[in-house]
Amino acid sequence: MSANHEDRHQSPASLDRALRLGIGGPVGSGKTALVAALCRTLGPVLRLGVVTNDIYTTEDADFLRRAGVLDPERIVAVQTGCCPHTAIRDDIAANIDAVETLEERFGPLDLVIVESGGDNLTATFSRGLADQQIFVLDVSGGDKVPRKGGPGVTTADLLVVNKTDLAKHVGADLTVMSRDAAAVRDGKPVLFTSIREVPEVYAVAEWVHGVVESWAHARAHHPHGPAVPSTNA
Amino acid sequence: MDAALLLLADSRLPAGGHGHSGGAEEAVRIGAITGPEDLARFLRGRLATTGLVAAALAAAACAVGEAAGDDGGAYAEPGAGAWRALDAEADARTASPAQRGASRTQGRLLLRSGRRIWPSPALDALARAVPEGPHHPIALGAAARAAGCAPHDAALATAYNAITGPATAAVRLLGLDPVDVHRVLAGLAPDLERVARASCATTAWEDLPAHAAPALDLLAEQHLRTEVRLFVS
Ligand SMILES: Nc1nc2c(ncn2[C@@H]2O[C@H](COP(=O)(O)OP(=O)(O)O)[C@@H](O)[C@H]2O)c(=O)[nH]1
Ligand SMILES: [Mg+2]
Repeated sequence: MSANHEDRHQSPASLDRALRLGIGGPVGSGKTALVAALCRTLGPVLRLGVVTNDIYTTEDADFLRRAGVLDPERIVAVQTGCCPHTAIRDDIAANIDAVETLEERFGPLDLVIVESGGDNLTATFSRGLADQQIFVLDVSGGDKVPRKGGPGVTTADLLVVNKTDLAKHVGADLTVMSRDAAAVRDGKPVLFTSIREVPEVYAVAEWVHGVVESWAHARAHHPHGPAVPSTNA
Repeated sequence: MDAALLLLADSRLPAGGHGHSGGAEEAVRIGAITGPEDLARFLRGRLATTGLVAAALAAAACAVGEAAGDDGGAYAEPGAGAWRALDAEADARTASPAQRGASRTQGRLLLRSGRRIWPSPALDALARAVPEGPHHPIALGAAARAAGCAPHDAALATAYNAITGPATAAVRLLGLDPVDVHRVLAGLAPDLERVARASCATTAWEDLPAHAAPALDLLAEQHLRTEVRLFVS
């Protein structure tokens, strides 16, 4: 094996790059809305890139480009051939390629957000693709969803329960959702949002900013170290 | 090396293959593939044209640097010039810009994964020689060699890949019975072996097969211009 300068390709855990944040969750829960909100709130303070995994067309990428929250060139769409979960978990090659293309073109970046194409409750990001991941649910799926668990709900670094503005209309009890989520998540954070009513998503943005800072801190102190920062502090 | 060949040909190889239909998505859209019979015709045509060309290029890539010089068996690391020349042969045999793009994208993804799975100076040299990504058959042949396969194996894996990608895509797009489709593939097995043998018959690169498939070129071009698509190609 030769040592050469492209060897960052060889090591997914290398810190010599932006933090990669996966945003997953069922179709329609508000992932794209959250990406737009994060770009709006964090765009002024962080160097960002976004990868979308549209199921068909480039709908999400187009929405984000139109929203004007980020330089359209910094938004890249990946097509997943009917397999959105494969592209974020089993065969992440196209997403890695998109992330690295963004970093080569616009780097150095602080944060690259990868939005999944939307799937069921079992879909999570490979650790080879995302350093941290947010799982987005919405209250209209019913207040039983957190109790049912599934890898997304139980293992994501942050669980976001969106569309709290709809809770009263669908008869969802947020206290129940909060209690059940806490029970299956072993202390990992849960945040409730209404992106419709509070488009700045302050609390989520603060969490993201925190993990990016730990990442940058780790990068500064162990430029070649394999350590992944802990965010549960 | 049979086990390495299986790994290389496996659709689970994380190299982005699941996002490519090899023209099948567009063929389905225009009604050229509707069921197992016309799928079989499509695959036979693809195998006899671009499949054979790709397999021969892969065999040549696998043989690059093998036994260079008159002293017989002396092993020479392929230089950038050799890789660029062979990549140019692939370019010359790929008329449609859409197909060129899809081929280079798949080649880049395979090379990135291949370098981590089978680290080797030859793959590093290929990545340096063609930074935008080599054509897919070149990457496949080079990865085959790094995995310990012979040129015939590389050709067989490439031919197999040329028909299994579109076949799987047709299963997903049309909801075909997967057992029917696998019977079609089994029926093509003797053709796969013939193509692999024919692929190793030529040693001078300029004499490698150059069969064109204008219908596949047109499908690829039209596919890129189609608004709703699930596959990259
Ligand atoms: N009522 C309500 N609707 C929302 C909220 N967040 C997003 N939506 C809407 O939900 C729909 C799906 O959102 P989108 O972000 O595309 O979901 P995705 O499929 O997870 O990316 C869109 O019509 C959004 O406008 C929210 O907090 N409240
Ligand atoms: Mg979306």
